[in-house]
Amino acid sequence: MKRRAFLFAMAALLAACGEQAFKATDITGAEFGRDFALADPSGQVRTLADFKGKAVLIFFGFTQCPDVCPTTLAKMREVKQALGKDGDRVQVLFITVDPERDTPELLKAYTAAFDPAFLGLRPTPEQLPALAKSFKIFYQKAPGKAPGSYSMDHSAMSYVYDPQGRLRLAVAHNADVKTIVEDLKKLLG
Amino acid sequence: MLHRFHPVLLAAALAAPAAIAQVTVTDPWVRGIVPQQKATGAFMKLEAKEPVALVSASSPAAGITEIHEMAMEKDVMKMRQIASLAVAPGKPAELKPGGYHVMLLDLKQPLKAGDSVPITLTFEKADKSKQTVEVKAEVRALGAPAPADHKRKH
Repeated sequence: MKRRAFLFAMAALLAACGEQAFKATDITGAEFGRDFALADPSGQVRTLADFKGKAVLIFFGFTQCPDVCPTTLAKMREVKQALGKDGDRVQVLFITVDPERDTPELLKAYTAAFDPAFLGLRPTPEQLPALAKSFKIFYQKAPGKAPGSYSMDHSAMSYVYDPQGRLRLAVAHNADVKTIVEDLKKLLG
Repeated sequence: MLHRFHPVLLAAALAAPAAIAQVTVTDPWVRGIVPQQKATGAFMKLEAKEPVALVSASSPAAGITEIHEMAMEKDVMKMRQIASLAVAPGKPAELKPGGYHVMLLDLKQPLKAGDSVPITLTFEKADKSKQTVEVKAEVRALGAPAPADHKRKH
């Protein structure tokens, strides 16, 4: 009887603390990436507050990336679909690290090809260095043979904010749909 | 001198693996784009009955065509042109997301899902002689879901 009461109390305590084991790297309480202010393709400046009530997935990439960027966006779409109705409570943001080539028009068409609800955000070339630093994102131009053919080395993990706008998870580039869905379900509550 | 493919054979090549001499190219596809995009990647599987290296590629659809390797260093993605990609008997080279691809840069034409993109692959054999293989890569829509992973050979 005492043991059961103890276990019950522990369970209640844990539930109250919101202690949860995430598959992705738990960065709750991180001092960085608190917010951003970036123009969407229509020119409207967006901040995290715009998406309050939704879990936000952000991914940094560029459209001339034939591999990890489209793969990640397709994976995020699968995640949304797997969540069913809760998928509407997930906002995917694709932030370009290549504003020179990724024009607002291109960004808009690109994210829409995966999901009309995905939103591209475009830092100006002047905003990009501080933005990357604030999110601990690495990016670097890798020159190609011709002036417009450079590639961008870039960090390929995703960040996840909970519906209260707090940065919670760093998701590895090779995380699978199932584990991302499980983590999101915990955040969406 | 390459013999011109008989039209029926060419049509068959659209669906079946393209093969010339000792090199087989299977399931070539190009990732589709939105009209404003200027570059994309082509993927395929290369098998060879003798050791060869893919040393270059070209396509009328692209001003610049390169062979690229995508490598992850910790969580940083790096894409680089490589000079050659080895293919050996029993060691196929898979150009697929997460690894290698043919990069089509400076695209000359819009690519719609279902379009067929001609790509010429040049292989170098051990004796340094070159051999080309013509493939037609099908454009798959940019947002298309990834096809199911076929772990077993057909």
